[in-house]
Amino acid sequence: MSLYASANQTVGPYLHIGLTWLVTPKIAGPGVRGERVTIQGRLLDGDGAAVNDGMIEIWQANSLGKYAHPEDTQKKPLERGFKGFGRIPTDARGAFRFSTIKPGRVPGPGGKPQAPHLVVSVFMRGLLKHLATRIYFPDEPSNADDPILRLVPAARRSTLIPKRKSRGVLEWNIILQGKGETVFFDY
Amino acid sequence: MKSSRKHPIKPAALSGLYRRPHPGTQPDYDYPAYVSTAKRHPTQPLVIPPQTLSELTGPVFGHDDVKAGDNDLTRQHKGDPLGERIFVSGRVLDENGRAVPNTLVEIWQANAAGRYPHATDQHDAPLDPNFSGAGRTVTDADGRYRFISIRPGEYPWRNHHNAWRPAHIHFSLFGQAFLTRMITQMYFPGDPLLEFDPMYNCIANEGARKRLISLFDWETTQPEYALGYRFDIVLRGRDATPMEGSAR
Repeated sequence: MSLYASANQTVGPYLHIGLTWLVTPKIAGPGVRGERVTIQGRLLDGDGAAVNDGMIEIWQANSLGKYAHPEDTQKKPLERGFKGFGRIPTDARGAFRFSTIKPGRVPGPGGKPQAPHLVVSVFMRGLLKHLATRIYFPDEPSNADDPILRLVPAARRSTLIPKRKSRGVLEWNIILQGKGETVFFDY
Repeated sequence: MKSSRKHPIKPAALSGLYRRPHPGTQPDYDYPAYVSTAKRHPTQPLVIPPQTLSELTGPVFGHDDVKAGDNDLTRQHKGDPLGERIFVSGRVLDENGRAVPNTLVEIWQANAAGRYPHATDQHDAPLDPNFSGAGRTVTDADGRYRFISIRPGEYPWRNHHNAWRPAHIHFSLFGQAFLTRMITQMYFPGDPLLEFDPMYNCIANEGARKRLISLFDWETTQPEYALGYRFDIVLRGRDATPMEGSAR
């Protein structure tokens, strides 16, 4: 038996009504191990205007590179209270901000480790299907060998790597179109 | 093969990659008929990477994440909301026809007058103090879900002259992986606005488009109480072939 997946539709302008109950800007609670990091930025459209009715979702492994999901059968410990999920709406300035820990390396194609990264879904009115992207980490030597980053044209890789703004704070903007357009993935 | 009816595909075999969308069944990002896509769609080609553990996993929600009654949008305030009470139920399946159990389903919708309780909705239609328009539930072991709500009203929007959205309910689902995440909309049978609606018409494949329309359902219609609508949702499914160089 084979069916085709149902069609995606836009979240529209009123996504907050159904989705904000699960807003999770603090992905890692106080007891969770790992290097603390706050990631902030803005969601901007093709005119550089703020997308004030958007939302992002984050999915990530813990600091040992283990996902809290049955598909991850690596013999690494999970941590109580760490799910690895974040949901953050944008504000009137199109800004978002969340705090978490830097994840460890997780296996990639052929079992080779990937550089530390978060996977990101982007939702908004005007997107008929959500977008997928990734956040890598600055000053991370393993970025050079990351199998996914290497598929991205070299000139555009920087759109997936935040800038260090201050100690423990990274800045990463999502630019939908034009100069510095963020790299989006289609799995 | 007789046995294949009962067990179409062995569960253990479904460890392969998630299938790519069938042509025409998913919207394009750039769709001029929906004006808001103009400045919000990527203009550079999307990069198609291999599916890795990061995308084959995803947040796990369970029955503890929702409260009993979160699926009843008619019992969130002191009084009954205005409008026609409805049941909306169905199954969440994957492309192999297998139930997707224990997955979070979130919905939101306008009230019976076609108005959302949201700061940016300025449509001149009354708010209903007894209706917030949001619900959530987790599918059971057979992938079933059920909501009690009221039939949402149609409402105008500014996409083009005399633009009206057909009655719809927004659905958000996670499935079992990052890449099964889906947002969709459920429509109602016989709605005369569907043929003029860019959201509905952005799906090129007619069969896929029509599957966004719920079915009126006697089975779940309750005498003297409410009409039932059935809306089954299919999430991406996996191939049987195990991944080469599996990360697991």
